[in-house]
Amino acid sequence: MIRITGTGAVSAAGWGTAALMEALDSGVRPELSELSRERADGSAATTPVLRVPAAPSTLPKSPRLRRVSPISKFAAAAAMEALGPDRVAKASSGEIRLGVVCSLFNGCVNYSNRFFGEVLTDPAVASPILFPETVFNAPSSHLSALFNSTAPNDTIIGDGAEIYTALEIATEWLLRGDCDGVLVVAPEEIDWLSAEGLRLYSDAAIPAEGAAALYLEIAEEGPRLLSIPDPVPLGPGVGREHALKEAAEASGASDDGRTLLADSRSGVGRFDAPEEVAFASWSGPRVSVKPVLGDCFGASAGHQLVAAVERLRRGDAEEALVITLGGNEQVGACRIGR
Amino acid sequence: MAFRADQPPVSALRPVAITGAGIFTPMGADLAENSAGFRAGRTAFRPVDLFDVSRQRVGTAGVAELPGRVPGVSAKSWQRMDRGSRMAWLAAREALDTAGLTGGDMPVVIGTSAAAMPVGEKYYLQSIANASRRGQLTRVETYQPQFQMMEMMRSLGVRGPLRIVSNACASGANAIGHAFQMVSEGKAERVLAGGYDALCQLVFAGFDSLQALSASGIPRPFDAARDGLALGEGAGFVIVESLESARARGADVLACVLSYAAATDIHHLTQPHPEGDAALTTMDKATRAAGLEPEQIDYINSHGTGTPLNDVAEARAISRWAGESVGKIKVSSTKSAIGHLLGGAGSVESVICLLTLRDQFLPASLNVREIDPVVEFDLVQQPREVPVTTVLTNSFGFGGANATLIFQRDGL
Repeated sequence: MIRITGTGAVSAAGWGTAALMEALDSGVRPELSELSRERADGSAATTPVLRVPAAPSTLPKSPRLRRVSPISKFAAAAAMEALGPDRVAKASSGEIRLGVVCSLFNGCVNYSNRFFGEVLTDPAVASPILFPETVFNAPSSHLSALFNSTAPNDTIIGDGAEIYTALEIATEWLLRGDCDGVLVVAPEEIDWLSAEGLRLYSDAAIPAEGAAALYLEIAEEGPRLLSIPDPVPLGPGVGREHALKEAAEASGASDDGRTLLADSRSGVGRFDAPEEVAFASWSGPRVSVKPVLGDCFGASAGHQLVAAVERLRRGDAEEALVITLGGNEQVGACRIGR
Repeated sequence: MAFRADQPPVSALRPVAITGAGIFTPMGADLAENSAGFRAGRTAFRPVDLFDVSRQRVGTAGVAELPGRVPGVSAKSWQRMDRGSRMAWLAAREALDTAGLTGGDMPVVIGTSAAAMPVGEKYYLQSIANASRRGQLTRVETYQPQFQMMEMMRSLGVRGPLRIVSNACASGANAIGHAFQMVSEGKAERVLAGGYDALCQLVFAGFDSLQALSASGIPRPFDAARDGLALGEGAGFVIVESLESARARGADVLACVLSYAAATDIHHLTQPHPEGDAALTTMDKATRAAGLEPEQIDYINSHGTGTPLNDVAEARAISRWAGESVGKIKVSSTKSAIGHLLGGAGSVESVICLLTLRDQFLPASLNVREIDPVVEFDLVQQPREVPVTTVLTNSFGFGGANATLIFQRDGL
């Protein structure tokens, strides 16, 4: 039985799953800050955002993390937490063949932004240190190096529901025997470019950053991964409400009053309307991470999963349906049991 | 259903075929043009005119000739697709055509590294210039790789889950590998898989900043005095299908996929382990999974970038993998002719491997003046017309992504 035996999180609420759960339980959104910049024409651009607090000193001292951008630090912290010290030691000594699947929507935007700026100014002095960190798979590469693992490592990219495909890949590796355990990580960072980009969709959206990590293995104890349906593609002529219902039905989840719904509502009416309609009569408990933690791009679905797993561990529900309305690609979902 | 806890385990792996292939590179716009170009030993480098390279150390690359419009795609859809996606569309269309398919329900697995970066560059330039939001939402939306690939799928009439792998320069090979595993384990009957990347300023300048580009503009993989790679652009796509399904519908089988292996090189973010440990791992795993010995591999399409570090690591890995047979192993790097296609490289080179099986020739490692002493294999320096039955292709990427695929002619 494939089980989720570790969770990790970094969010505007702080470094760790406990901080995330505390924020969700209280329903209090962390304090907003501002991303400000000046355009070439002298005008100012300011975007309200939710930032992750300053990094704690608990991050591992690794040469690989010395010059990385926030996304890799978030990924490393969430992964370390999901693994826990014993498994970190076992992975490092080769006792565990540790696979890594990273799912991204936004990606390594800070260094891409900085590097392209340098290129436009004078490509002759554009930093060779920045460029490799702009590549989508830089964070996942750092994780494998950090844990001394030569097992498979994949980075996949897609909309906000991409992490479910990452979970699927993890199940493939475990069932095939390619790995003993798999870290599924969804890290995201923001810069002014991506923050302003999100606000083009809605001025009510709050761009945020962070990471989520889940550790999957074939084990006897821990929340069980029951199903991951094929993602339901979005597109012209596909009603989002219908796609949500289709994914929920395909997951095998039932609204029996004891099933937790971890949804992707954000508090922005236009974005949330399909979920409001599709799950209007949901009778079980329900949790939405984005109104509290902001829109962390691909990491938000990871936060949904972490929240669901933790709520199951606490005994708040028997099962959880975790479902995410991506954006322009898919509805992703999975069903988890206690 | 992608995963169900109560699903029975895979009882037996199914044989996997390639029933369609398509390719778009600086060498040509389809299978025929590419086969002719590689058989003739042509190169395809020219000055870059897609963006400003006047302040770069290098000004040439494998630039592809993209048609303005093509039949079979609406003007609106073609307009929405960026340069790379258009290349992907052309290669995917050819793959579907050669497979005798007009679209349909199938998963799609794509490898790309830069994706629609040129659109992102435009968004950035507009953002820093002034406060105008005109066109910015469209740029943000169309910059997203999944938007581009969903558009391509719709335009091709392909419906199914989309998986985009972005493992730097191994992405294209990983995509075909994922498709192979899906089909062999019974998760799909057929999959459209491939990879693509177009040239863009950020990536071009990035490789230049690393001083990875050949100053002369002429890549010389495995040459003792090689000085770097040349970038290129293009796409390669295949239809990966169960052999049973291919036979049932009477499809031509271009080749069988025997195996795929992946591993992670944790030596350094951008440099391979000097002894090629991860490359050795993937070649070993792939040949073992295929039930083959190294001497049964007729040809290796190497990663062969032409950088000092890559080629020595790969050459050592091949020597360690082949052992005493190394002198018989024929190897070349087609990057010497079309450049390094980054996220598209692994899939394009897979399609080149299919061409070697179909047309019975070996493409050359061009521009070699003096072979590096580390090379113990048979470096193919001129195109050769020889019998080819089993081929292996290596792809390595930043971040340590290593992948190996093995293809074999059908009916062996």
